[in-house]
Amino acid sequence: MKSGLKRSNAPIFWSLFGAGGMLSALFGPALVFITGIAVPFGFLLPADAMSYPKMLAFAQNLIGKGFILAVIALFLWFAAHRIYHSLHEFGIHAGLAAKLICYGSAFVATVISVVVLLGLGF
Amino acid sequence: MSKRRPYVRSMEGWWKKNPYFVEYMIHESTALFVAGYAFVLLVGLIRLGQGEAAWNGWLEAMQSPLSLIFHLVFLVAIAYHTYTWFKIMPITMPPIIVGGKRVGPGVITGSGLLAAVGVSLVMLVLVFWFGG
Amino acid sequence: MTENLKIIEIEVLRYNPESDQEPHLEVYSVPFSDDMSVLQGVQYIKDNFDGSLTFRWSCRMAICGSCGMMINGIPKLSCETFLRDYYPDRIRVEAMAHFPIEKDLVVDLSGFIEKLESIQPYIIPKEPRSLDQGEYIQSPKQFNDYIQFTSCINCTLCYAACPQFGLNPDFIGPGAIALLHRYNMDSRDGAAAERMELVASEEGVFNCSAVGYCSEVCPKHVDPANAVNINKTNAAKDYFLRFLSPKGGAK
Repeated sequence: MKSGLKRSNAPIFWSLFGAGGMLSALFGPALVFITGIAVPFGFLLPADAMSYPKMLAFAQNLIGKGFILAVIALFLWFAAHRIYHSLHEFGIHAGLAAKLICYGSAFVATVISVVVLLGLGF
Repeated sequence: MSKRRPYVRSMEGWWKKNPYFVEYMIHESTALFVAGYAFVLLVGLIRLGQGEAAWNGWLEAMQSPLSLIFHLVFLVAIAYHTYTWFKIMPITMPPIIVGGKRVGPGVITGSGLLAAVGVSLVMLVLVFWFGG
Repeated sequence: MTENLKIIEIEVLRYNPESDQEPHLEVYSVPFSDDMSVLQGVQYIKDNFDGSLTFRWSCRMAICGSCGMMINGIPKLSCETFLRDYYPDRIRVEAMAHFPIEKDLVVDLSGFIEKLESIQPYIIPKEPRSLDQGEYIQSPKQFNDYIQFTSCINCTLCYAACPQFGLNPDFIGPGAIALLHRYNMDSRDGAAAERMELVASEEGVFNCSAVGYCSEVCPKHVDPANAVNINKTNAAKDYFLRFLSPKGGAK
């Protein structure tokens, strides 16, 4: 066995990547269609489905909170991981800076989401 | 003295050299659109937290033609992510044995895509019923 | 006889470490018959045009794994790739990608050999067994768990197909990890935990980004990408559960 092997911390990021990749593959297209096309333009779906009282109620519900957090945070952790690897693949070896920007923004977005969701109450 | 002088070729532009790699880079780049969409939702969540006026402002922005164009692009890119995610699933998963036989790659990809269609339909029906 | 032969142009990437600063392409017009492989085309060049052309080959029947080349940019065994499939276009033949070029079509495989050694490619029994205890019993199901990964002929086409190996030559890579998986999956072997140290290391499986091209080019359908990705799951389990396991997982 080779000596001086260092354990990789990749499992943390890889697990978040995998979860986000699966979630966005399953829910992504329909979510974009609902929130970005159908509801705002009253196409096929009721136009007031995203009215303030409805969305507030959704975000105050525990399942709703969990869903919103999972979508925003995991989508971003998934994207951060892929973008970080793509930079490496394009030959941009920004190293720690690239890592901080990619995973850092996913982390900040996660924290913001948690704070806002808690602030909205139950 | 050794006459050896192994030549190491550059990796620059490697992904342009093979259609397989070009496709790989395209499906990897869908991550940019997943991130873009997640940021739109994040802004929406922040506006929701700021109250009704802020939320309505966000909703109004979502009704702009520019937003529609963006979301159409998100839709295409993320749908392609869905397709490629399940297409590579057979190589990323441990073998599944059913009735003593290994489940084929087509069945795995097909089941994944079917699950995505199912989840989408359920979400649409839920919004249709409870959103009115 | 020669007048019945068609002529195909073969472009070969040449590199002589003693005289060349960098590799360059040279074109040869090679008469061929429909049963001639790319390897035979290259041999024709060596026999008739330039005896210094250097390349590896042995069995001519896709089992020794030594004649891998980039053929029009695709990693292939040159003995089972036929000139007729390219005619009348020109063929470009280069040394396998991502490896240092030693001379012409010969690459430096010493890094691969080291990796092969590092995965301990042999059965390390769970417990010592004496002769009078008899042979190891293995069921057909247990045999099926690993048989696919025994087909590897170490041709390293998967390395020539793996951009992550090209970008990071320290990556253990698809072929060696497929063989590692072969031993881990063998019911007679008990060293999976020992090999985990390598799997979970910075040179290990997480260099892979599931491009999948290694499995695409594998002439023996080993599916190394599957072996690598199964071991990502194994390494992630080891990472998170090592605090629960009595042995503490890999170091």
